[in-house]
Amino acid sequence: MIDDNNKHWLYRKKSLPILWSIQIAILVVAVLPEFFIHHHPHFEKQGINIDATWGFFAWYGFLTCTAMVVGAKILGIFLKRKDTYYDD
Amino acid sequence: MTEMFASILFPPGLVLLLGGLLLPVVEGKLRSALVLVLPLLTLTLVWTIPEGNHIHFGFMEYTLQPVNSTAEGRLFATIFSIMAFVGGLYALKTASLTELTSAFVYAGSAIAVTFSGDLITLFIFWEIMALSSTMVLWANSKNNPKAYAASIRYLLVHLLGGVILMAGIVAYIYETGSTTFTAMQTDSVATWLILAGFLINAGAPPLSAWIADAYPEASPSGMVFLSAFTTKTAVFALLVGFPGADILIWIGLYMVFYGIIYALLENDMRRILAYSIVNQVGFMVTAIGIGTELALNGAAAHAFAHIIYKALLLMSAGSVLLMTAKRKCTDLGGLFQSMPVTAVNGIIGALAISAFPFTSGFVTKSLETSAAAYEGMVIVWFMLLAASAGVFLHAGIKFPWFVFFQKDSEEGLSKAERTPDPHHKNMHWAMWFFSFLCIGIGVYPQALYSILPYPIDYQPYTIDHLVTQFQLLLFSGFAFFALLPMMKRTLTISLDFDWFYRRFFKVLGDEFTIKTKTVFGVVMDKVSIKIQRFIEKLYKHHGPQGVLARTWPSGNMVLWVAIILACSLLLYYL
Repeated sequence: MIDDNNKHWLYRKKSLPILWSIQIAILVVAVLPEFFIHHHPHFEKQGINIDATWGFFAWYGFLTCTAMVVGAKILGIFLKRKDTYYDD
Repeated sequence: MTEMFASILFPPGLVLLLGGLLLPVVEGKLRSALVLVLPLLTLTLVWTIPEGNHIHFGFMEYTLQPVNSTAEGRLFATIFSIMAFVGGLYALKTASLTELTSAFVYAGSAIAVTFSGDLITLFIFWEIMALSSTMVLWANSKNNPKAYAASIRYLLVHLLGGVILMAGIVAYIYETGSTTFTAMQTDSVATWLILAGFLINAGAPPLSAWIADAYPEASPSGMVFLSAFTTKTAVFALLVGFPGADILIWIGLYMVFYGIIYALLENDMRRILAYSIVNQVGFMVTAIGIGTELALNGAAAHAFAHIIYKALLLMSAGSVLLMTAKRKCTDLGGLFQSMPVTAVNGIIGALAISAFPFTSGFVTKSLETSAAAYEGMVIVWFMLLAASAGVFLHAGIKFPWFVFFQKDSEEGLSKAERTPDPHHKNMHWAMWFFSFLCIGIGVYPQALYSILPYPIDYQPYTIDHLVTQFQLLLFSGFAFFALLPMMKRTLTISLDFDWFYRRFFKVLGDEFTIKTKTVFGVVMDKVSIKIQRFIEKLYKHHGPQGVLARTWPSGNMVLWVAIILACSLLLYYL
């Protein structure tokens, strides 16, 4: 096993908390404008304005991605085969 | 100069196609020069032929129109020429001669399709594309034993598509009496068949699997060529032939999510990118189904941008494959340290495909989603939005993360021992050029907007759009890292529709072979016994001792003559 200090800093265990805090900071910056700007709903005529509510794009992106990952995981149970499946 | 070219009404695709066939004849620097000059010559011709349908000549009782210059065709021919140039540059030092020649014939026939004014010309070049792209794959058989079988499966799918397309075209010409390639309605068997033929090449369900099955078996440069032409020529054909066909919206949405789900499950880096082609073409197919001018502009612009960033991603992945000979995410990681050029270009391609602001994806894909919004298509818009997030997830982060970061796959090696960037500088230039275009189009979209099929008044850079896009993407990225344990790669592939023709029908065939073998054996036994008996009987009667083979005494004959005479006498008296 290689000494943690000889690794590139990206792979050091002690870098992990720093990397996570950077990411969270970026996310916070991304939602900050929500306090200042007003979104225009895309489907006013249809009476739908959820896309203009606070932080819609943030939670919609997060939740749909989670759904896709979980969905893929479930489908994977049925569809995954060893990568030598077709070789014989 | 321009006037000189303007008088040349020659199908631009043929420059590349016939010029490509010259490549094996010449050698060394002349060949390299041809590889770089031919696409540029083609591009010049594409832009100097004035708009309109120029040449008509008779073929049997029909008219062929091989030089039909339209705004759509010119846009696709432009990006195809640029792709042939950059692909050629990337392939210059490493690709085999067979691959390079086939790739140029392939690119040339794709350009010829975009200049086809009639269905017969379109079909001829459509088929040349199928054959030459198979050759691109097949050319890698020496280096990759799986490539040969993959190329045959690929060819079978495209021959099937070709037969369906041809049946449709024949029926269409019979019904309407017209060979002109123009917008059609899905109101007859003929047009449905043509639509199906186009969709097979676009990677639509159920036969989507051919893309991820075949392309990743090609050489590093081979897959760059393959990713660009077939599916995007199909997008062109759908754009001209079936704008506003409602069914395309749903087929497109299926492709979008199919691509994401399969790419998420995949372990092979270039198969991830292959699934991502289906995903991206799905966006374009959906937009063609929406069918408004903005949507069609969106599909065309997205195809243009996609060819560039997908080629860039594949050149990056190809460089990794070339240098490490590894293609699985489970084996890769940490390469950003020693392959900085490949990594930076891969990341730029990944940002562009994810439609990050200031990249080509942002200014083109948003035309499609906006078109859905303007038409009040609520479900389509929300699904496209989710899919945009999903693109970042499956291609935008997954590819660079597992290949260039993740774990340090060369841990403990000194800098000199690690895998470096490709030694061939031409590969670097090809990647840098496409990176430049990804960002250039993103920063200055008007250049691309001005050559789109329809006039456009669209401003992608509004505060609202920038803020919402950043939120959508960054939180998708957050989901990726939060769910990283669930994304752990496994040594697996995922079953797809190709299971039917690679496993099910094979097993079925084997099973029937066993059964038919037994039946055949029993029947053959019976037949041979009968034949044996027939021969024995024949021998008995006609053999040396046979009754019918004996020599008859002349007395016998006299007796029979006497009997016949007696009979005739008797009859006379009666």
